[in-house]
Amino acid sequence: MSTTTVEPGTSAPGPKTNRIGLTVIDYKGSKTTLCAGCGHNAISERIIEAMFEMGVEPEFVIKPSGIGCSSKTPAYFLSRSHSFNAVHGRMPSVATGAMLANRKLICIGVSGDGDTASIGIGQFVHLMRRNLPIIYIIEDNGVYGLTKGQFSATADLGSKLKTGVLNDLPPIDTCALAIQLGATFVGRSFSGDKKQISAMLKAAIAHKGTVMLDVVSPCVTFNDHEGSTKSYKYVKEHEEILQDVSFVPHFENLDVEYDPGSTIAVTMHDGSRLHLRKLEEDYDPTDKIHALTRLTEAHDKGEVLTGVFYVNPQAPSFIDLLNVVDQPLATLPESMTRPPKEVLDACMEELR
Amino acid sequence: MATTDFVPQQSAGGTGQKRIVNDMSIQVATVNGSGSQSSNTVLLRSIFQMGVPVSGKNMFPSNIAGLPTWYTIRANKNGYIGRKKEIDFLVAMNPETATEDVMALAAGASVLYDEPLQLHKLRNDLIFYSVPYDKIVAQVCPEAKLRKLVKNMVYVGVVANLLTIEMAEVEKAIRKQFAKKVKAANLNLAAAQAGFEYAKTNLQKRGAFYIERMDKTAGKIIIDGNSAAALGCMFAGCTVVTWYPITPSSSLVETMIEYMKEYRIGPDGKATFAIVQAEDELAAIGMVIGAGWAGARSMTATAGPGISLMSEFAGLAYYVEVPGVIWNIQRVGPSTGLPTRTSQGDILSTAFLSHGDTKHIMLIPCSVQECFNMATEAFNLAEQFQTLVFVMSDLDLGMNNWMSDPFQYPTLPIKRGKVLSKEDLDRVGSFARYKDVDGDGIGYRTLPGTSHPAAAYFARGSGHNERALYSERADDYENNMERLNRKFETARSFVPRPEITKGNNAKIGIIGYGTSHWGITEGRDQLREEYKIETDYLRLRAYPFTREVHEFIEQHERVYVVEQNRDAQMLSLLKLDVKPELIGRLRSISHITGLPLDARSITDELTSMEGK
Repeated sequence: MSTTTVEPGTSAPGPKTNRIGLTVIDYKGSKTTLCAGCGHNAISERIIEAMFEMGVEPEFVIKPSGIGCSSKTPAYFLSRSHSFNAVHGRMPSVATGAMLANRKLICIGVSGDGDTASIGIGQFVHLMRRNLPIIYIIEDNGVYGLTKGQFSATADLGSKLKTGVLNDLPPIDTCALAIQLGATFVGRSFSGDKKQISAMLKAAIAHKGTVMLDVVSPCVTFNDHEGSTKSYKYVKEHEEILQDVSFVPHFENLDVEYDPGSTIAVTMHDGSRLHLRKLEEDYDPTDKIHALTRLTEAHDKGEVLTGVFYVNPQAPSFIDLLNVVDQPLATLPESMTRPPKEVLDACMEELR
Repeated sequence: MATTDFVPQQSAGGTGQKRIVNDMSIQVATVNGSGSQSSNTVLLRSIFQMGVPVSGKNMFPSNIAGLPTWYTIRANKNGYIGRKKEIDFLVAMNPETATEDVMALAAGASVLYDEPLQLHKLRNDLIFYSVPYDKIVAQVCPEAKLRKLVKNMVYVGVVANLLTIEMAEVEKAIRKQFAKKVKAANLNLAAAQAGFEYAKTNLQKRGAFYIERMDKTAGKIIIDGNSAAALGCMFAGCTVVTWYPITPSSSLVETMIEYMKEYRIGPDGKATFAIVQAEDELAAIGMVIGAGWAGARSMTATAGPGISLMSEFAGLAYYVEVPGVIWNIQRVGPSTGLPTRTSQGDILSTAFLSHGDTKHIMLIPCSVQECFNMATEAFNLAEQFQTLVFVMSDLDLGMNNWMSDPFQYPTLPIKRGKVLSKEDLDRVGSFARYKDVDGDGIGYRTLPGTSHPAAAYFARGSGHNERALYSERADDYENNMERLNRKFETARSFVPRPEITKGNNAKIGIIGYGTSHWGITEGRDQLREEYKIETDYLRLRAYPFTREVHEFIEQHERVYVVEQNRDAQMLSLLKLDVKPELIGRLRSISHITGLPLDARSITDELTSMEGK
C-alpha cells in the first residue's frame, strides 16, 4: 500500500515499485466478501505483500483452492494470476496436475481445516509425501463456516460450539502429519501475527518443495466465543512462539548480523536466508523427531504453538524426481511430443 | 445348452469322414498363475504364423493364483475373430472344472486331458485324448519347481500334433515369447517337442479339425487394445498421465510407461512426459484436470468403479471447460465378483457423469486399430471442445489379443484448440473466457504462465459470467448453460462418424458399437446364409450421435440395438435423441454374461424377435 507523502514543490513520485517494476496494486484481488474481522482477510493481505516484496511475476502464480470460506480467498488477492476453485477437499490433485504441466509456475494453494483435514485428508497426505513445489496454506478456524458452524477435524478436544456442543474427539495436527509424511517446510502461524506470517510466506516463496503452513485464523461468526480454542482471545492467551522469524531475500545483498548461538540461519534454495532467532533454547527445526515431540507436548499443555517447526531446503522436489524436461510440458512442440514414423514402424515390426 | 443329454454320435471316434479346416475354437482350461498365459500365446501365435486368422480371449478370475481360468483361441479362415459360442477342442488342465467343462461341450468335440483325470468315462459322444503330463514333463525338466510352469507347454506340442500345427512355427513362437531368455525358451521348446512326440507315437487323430497353412495374416500384427491405446496416446502427444491401478485398465498405462521411456526421452535425457500413479481415481482425474487447465495433453485410464469416483470432478471439468482424455476400459462391476469380465455397462453413467446438467463426448473403438487412431482424435477433440473426452473401450478389446493390420502413422496433426498466447493478447488487449465469439459455443482460453496482465481468469464451476467472474445471476447461469449446449451440438459435426454397412434392400437395421461389432458382423452373415434375413448395420463410433444415426433409423422398419449390458443403455440414449415417432422402431438385443458377445447369441435372439 502506498503511503507516500508528496512534498510541496516537488514532482509526485510514483508508488513504490518492486524489483520487477510492479506496484502493490498489481498484486491485489477483488474486494473480499468474507465477514468483517475474518482472519482469512488478514492472510490474503500478507500474501499480497509477500508476493509484491519478493517481486514474483503474478502471471506465473497459480492459486488453486478447494471449497469453503478459505477457498474463496484466491479471488481476493493476485487478480493477475490464474485461479482454480476445485471441488471440496481436492485442491491438491488439481495443483499437482498443473505443476506437472508447467514446472515454471509458482503454486499457492489455499485450503481450510474442513477442506484439508476431513474431506481432503486423503489428497492432503499424499501431497505431503510427494514434496511437490507448492505453498499449501490452511486457513484454520476449526469450524465449517459456509454450512454454519459445525466442528472440523482440527477442533481441539473440549472446544465448545456456539450451541454449547463440546468436541469430544482429538484434533488432527496437520503440521505433525505434514512433517511425518515428508513436507519439507512446515510451520504454524496466527492470522493476527503480521510479522511472523510475512516472514514465513516469503521464505515459502523461496522454498523449492512442499511448504505447509497452518495459519490459525479465527472465525468471527461461528468460533470466536468463550469456550472456543480457535478464538482471537484464546489464541492470544495461549500462543507459544518458537522463534522470532525473519527473512532476507537473495536479491537484497544485505549482511544481516546474527548471533549463531541464538539464531539458526537456513539458506533457502534460491540463496535467500531464513533466520530463526530461538525463543526456546533447544529447538532444532531440522530435527523431525524433535518437532513431533514438541507438537505433542503443545497439545497436552493446550498451547497454540507457532513458528517454523521443520525445514529442509535440500530435499529433491517431486518435479526433480520425475526428471522432466526444463520447458513446460504444456507447450512442448509437436516435434518433441510425437515420435517420428520410424518409431511406429519399429513398434509394428515387433508385433508381427 | 443341453449338457447331460446322451447323444450317441456316429462321428465320435470315427476318422476321416469329415475335414474341418481352419475353423475351430480351442479352449484351454487351467488355473491362473500356472504359466498357461505363455503357452496359450504360443499356441495363438503358431496358428497366426501359419497365415490363419486367429483371436485369443482370456476369461480369468479376480485372483493371483489357483482359481479357474479359460483361454479360448479361435481360428477362422473367413476372418471372424469374435468369440465363438461352441468349443470344438477342449484342453482340460484344471481338475476342479474338468467335469463341468466336459459336460458343457457339444457332441463331437475333442477333449485333451491329463491322464489321471480319467475324463473319458464322462461321455461317449466326444473324442478323448489322454496325456500323462507329469511323466512327460519330468523327463524334459529336471528342476522339479519349474515343472508346474513347463507342464503347460506340453499341451501346446500335443495340440500342434493333433491339429496339424507346424512345429517350426511353434518353435518360432516360443523364441518370440521368451525373447532374450534363451534358457527358458529352450526348456519350453523341449516340453512342446516332448508333447508333440508323445502325441505322434501314442495318439491317433480322430477329430475333424485341422490347421492348414494359408495366407491371411501376412503383414499383420497381434496386439491387445490397451497396448494399442498406449501407442496411440504416445503418438497423440500426450504429456501428462495420472492413474490409479484398476483391472482391466492398468495395462494401458503400464504399457505406455514402457513405450514412453523408450521413445519419449528428449535429447537431454529428460522426459517429455510425466506419469504419476495417484492415490486414487479422485486424485487421478483431479491431476488430469489440473494439467489440462495448465495446458498439458493429459489423460487417465480407468474402469467403472473409477468412473464413479471421478463423477464430481467430471462435472467440474464440464463447467470449467478443461480438456482431458479418460479411457474407460469397461468391465462388470461393482466390487467383487466379476471385475475381470467384459461389459458395455458404463454407457449411460459416463454420458451424463456428474451432478447437475452435464453430458460428455464419448468415442467408442471396436478394434485395436481404432484404439490407436482414436487416441489422437480424443486429445484433439478434448482440446478443441475444452472438455473431457471418454474413450469407451472394454475388457475384451483392452486385454485380449487381436489380429490387426499394422497401424498407420497419424495423419491428424496435433491440434491444441483455442488458446490465446501473449502475442494474441497483445493484439486483442483482453478476452472474455466464456464468451461465444465464433458462434460454436467454444470460448478462448489462456494458460497459466502467459506473460500478459490480462491473461488470468478464475476457473470455477457453474457460477460465473462470460468474463469468468463470480456470478449467481439467473441470466448468467442460463446463458452459460445454453452456450454449453451449443458447444455440445457443435461436437456432433466433429466426432467420428458411424460406419455403415449395407445389406441387400434390408428393412432391418442393426446398431452396435465397440466389441459387439465382431459378433454382429458374423451374425449378419449367419442371418443371411441361414435365415435369408438381410440387414443393414450401423456401428456407432461416438456420442453425441451424428446426423447419419437419425437417418439410419428413419430408413429402417425395425432397428435392433445390440449391446453388452442389461438395460439397453445405448438404446436409451438413442431414445433421448431421435424423433418421438421413431422410438418404436428401436428394439434391444442385450447380452450380459460377462463373456464377449458371440454371433450365435445375436442371430438366435434376432430371429426369435423376428418370429423365425
